[in-house]
Amino acid sequence: MSKTANILKKISEAGLVGRGGASYPTAAKWAAVKAALKNKKPGYIIVNGAEGEPGVKKDAYIFHHHAAAVINGVYLAEQFFGADKIKKIYIFLNREYYQLYSFSLKTVLADRPYEALGEKTEFFIKPDRLTYISGEETALLNLIEGKKVEPRRKPPYPTEQGLYGRPTLINNPETFYNVSLAAQNRYEGKRFYTISGLARRPGVYDLPANLTVEEILRQTGNYPAKAFFVQVGGGASGEIFNDEQLSVPAEGAGSIMIYDKKRTDWRKLFKHWLSFYQEQSCGQCAICREGSYRLRELMNQKQFNHKLFDEVVQSLEDTSFCGLGSSMAAPLKSYFANVKN
Amino acid sequence: MKLKINNKQITGRAGQTILEIARENGIEIPSLCYHPDLEVQANCRVCAVEIKGRINLATACSTVAVAGMEVLTDSPRVRQARRTNLELIFGAHVEKCGHCSYFYDCELLKLSRKYKVPINRFSDRKQGRRTYRFDQAVEVDGTQCFDCRNCVTACARQGINYLEVVGSGINQEIRPTRDKSIACVYCGQCTLHCPVAAAQEQGNWSAVEKILSAKDKIVVAQFAPAVRVSLGEEFGLPVGTNCEGKIYTALKRLGFAHVFDINFGADITTMTEAEEFMDRWRQPQAVWPLMTSCCPSWVAYAEFYHPELLPHLTTARSPHIHLAGAIKTYWAEKKKLDPKKIVVVSIVPCTAKKYEAARPELKWQKRKLVDYVLTVREFAYLIKKHNIDFRNLPDSDGEKLFNRGSGAAAIYGASGGVMESALRTVAALLAATGRTKPSGSTEHSPDQRLEFKEVRGLAGFKEATLVLNGRKIRLGVVNGLGNFSRILPKLQKYHYIEVMACPGGCLGGGGQPIPTTAAIRRKRWESLYNIDKNRLMRRAHENKPMLAYYARIKEQNLGARLLHTKFTKKRNPILTSSVDKRKLPFAF
Ligand code: SF4
Ligand code: SF4
Ligand code: SF4
Ligand code: SF4
Ligand code: FES
Repeated sequence: MSKTANILKKISEAGLVGRGGASYPTAAKWAAVKAALKNKKPGYIIVNGAEGEPGVKKDAYIFHHHAAAVINGVYLAEQFFGADKIKKIYIFLNREYYQLYSFSLKTVLADRPYEALGEKTEFFIKPDRLTYISGEETALLNLIEGKKVEPRRKPPYPTEQGLYGRPTLINNPETFYNVSLAAQNRYEGKRFYTISGLARRPGVYDLPANLTVEEILRQTGNYPAKAFFVQVGGGASGEIFNDEQLSVPAEGAGSIMIYDKKRTDWRKLFKHWLSFYQEQSCGQCAICREGSYRLRELMNQKQFNHKLFDEVVQSLEDTSFCGLGSSMAAPLKSYFANVKN
Repeated sequence: MKLKINNKQITGRAGQTILEIARENGIEIPSLCYHPDLEVQANCRVCAVEIKGRINLATACSTVAVAGMEVLTDSPRVRQARRTNLELIFGAHVEKCGHCSYFYDCELLKLSRKYKVPINRFSDRKQGRRTYRFDQAVEVDGTQCFDCRNCVTACARQGINYLEVVGSGINQEIRPTRDKSIACVYCGQCTLHCPVAAAQEQGNWSAVEKILSAKDKIVVAQFAPAVRVSLGEEFGLPVGTNCEGKIYTALKRLGFAHVFDINFGADITTMTEAEEFMDRWRQPQAVWPLMTSCCPSWVAYAEFYHPELLPHLTTARSPHIHLAGAIKTYWAEKKKLDPKKIVVVSIVPCTAKKYEAARPELKWQKRKLVDYVLTVREFAYLIKKHNIDFRNLPDSDGEKLFNRGSGAAAIYGASGGVMESALRTVAALLAATGRTKPSGSTEHSPDQRLEFKEVRGLAGFKEATLVLNGRKIRLGVVNGLGNFSRILPKLQKYHYIEVMACPGGCLGGGGQPIPTTAAIRRKRWESLYNIDKNRLMRRAHENKPMLAYYARIKEQNLGARLLHTKFTKKRNPILTSSVDKRKLPFAF
């Protein structure tokens, strides 16, 4: 078996899935890019390491502790596609991460066997205002191309027509890190969890991917003594669970945010989420642009109009153009279902 | 390919979207941002439908159907989502229904009635937004715009890119570019593609309404070639119906003292332009190519982007300016009327003519020749507002001194038509002067061609080579300004070039009824060529009353002041903007 087919097999056997939030099988993505590159001009690889959602800090941890492995993963991808088939590699970081980690990443890239890779790698720094939406794959492509930062219509998917219309692999640093482990048969089915909020020992933990939220909280010594609820999978888009619902895995971007049940004013919390969404909405589609604004506005009314609120939330979930708009529904709906009596 | 829509088996073609298939099969799915002319943007989210097996709803305009799909277009879930999205869109659109010429056709109002949208639960969030006005032609009213971007795309399709989306989220705004190397050319394609009349013509209908009741004025109307084949759409008549006769009656019922057909003016343009062609033809060192100039949007384009081409433009005035000149001089004289009392209102498929009418070169005794310009949409609005039952109007006729023009004038409304009209006359003039033996005064020699089918059609760019009197004439036709770049590098190749700013020519003009789509343009197009075919008089130079006027102007040495115009290099258009502070009554 050729070396390149081998790596795909290893990724597939390890069962790697995307760690940015969407959990798409990594092997399928790589295979799609490879197929698209077959008769075409060269494509691109993008390391999407600019996590912007509150409560998610794992990319920082990975860059800090595993820069070499991440670069190794990128290298393996480049080899898999064929070095001549990859025109450029972009490492997409926010300003803070760039200041903290670009030096070590560059150091790795300057060394054997990555010199050639380093030559065609470029760091792309995310503008400060665009915390979240630019994490959306196609919006990220527009950003790099200098277009208005908003998602593109899909299909075509970036694997086929991505950056400048060329096949493009976009993966999270965690995925590249895992690829590197899988290549050396060292992947143990773990993932990174960010624990924050009412936590005694907040931070990023590297634990088995199949743990339940309760197990994660107990094993890390973060299970609260007070009444609490959690938001799992992102501090904005994550779903809310009460303390009796913790036998679920921590999905999405793998974050667990702990809230003090007694001291959390739900209106304030909703305002906090909705302000975030209102600012991050790219403005392209009517439901998310108007909906996030109106929901935020409804929070200021003395008499909370629950019916209208629910109607807008449902429409957001059902008809948003991209995942940002539809993800707004999860925390709002699940809070009402699971916490607010 | 088979699929189910609302539990009914339906066949569609591979690659079609759900919306296309549904509409072909008479299933109504509402849409706002969808326009068949433009690339799908899918941002209004009003066309949402339910697809079995899919978690969220899908937008029908952007979702390609696949075999076996089961689609629900009217389930309770779908209806609720639509209602909510429409309600949100209403919150971003300040209703000015009492003042809006789109009132009777407004898709937003129709949908809000159909889906029983509550419209007062959200406040108008766009109160206080700016209205941008592009010279006297077009405006974008930020208080009414719900950011669908159709105007931006339509402008880009014209190759102009004057409109931009600025900002993000709720701060987003559609505004004119700050780039000084770009200028609006007033074509109005933005207005033609706006679903909510936020981008629209700068209205003149209320001023016209007012002047119609002024005691001391003689208010006359003149209507353009392409108006007759589109106006009927506004009243549910089949697309392409020729409403000539009814238009006369409607204008008279609105209170116009006299009604004229701009086709007569088109014959004057043809005559002037054909003579200019002949002048150049006779000179050994003539400037070629000759380029048409009856489209004021194209003229604005040339004046801003390509001043080096201005010597190529024919100095012949455009049809409505010609006719207005004839009305205010020749006709007034014959009728013993004081030209100062005559008010000329043009009814045109065009927004650029609003700008053209105000051009300083086109004045007579320090006054505008055309006093007001109404688009077809404004005209239709006035008819509806005054409760005139257009469908059942009897036919009538206009002012006798000037006729309804030749067949050649009718096709002015179509891309290629202006050129064909001129060629018909050029062929005759060549025959009369050249080697071929001139025939009798009304008979044409067999090699005097009447039809020039090679320049017809709705393709974006057309070219042909003719042999007239043994000499080759190379022709190029640009149909839609977006295609101009295709001819630019090889201009020197041609003798004669026609440019019309709007796709299809004026039949697809920026002031035409909404919607205007490729299928609708095709029908209007057919109708114009039918009018031509059925006219007994098909060449401009056979129009005797026109020739009488033409001769008289030449006799009086007024050619420069009434038949010709001039062009000058232009800077950026006048851009004004303001915030509307009026609280408008909500008439629903
Ligand atoms: S859902 Fe929101 S972020 Fe996504 S395209 Fe629509 S407006 Fe933009
Ligand atoms: S009138 Fe024509 S050029 Fe001007 S903004 Fe509209 S589409 Fe663009
Ligand atoms: S002006 Fe009209 S076409 Fe343009 S974005 Fe606004 S609503 Fe859409
Ligand atoms: S093509 Fe006709 S309608 Fe369009 S701008 Fe030119 S003259 Fe006006
Ligand atoms: S018509 Fe489909 S989203 Fe606007």
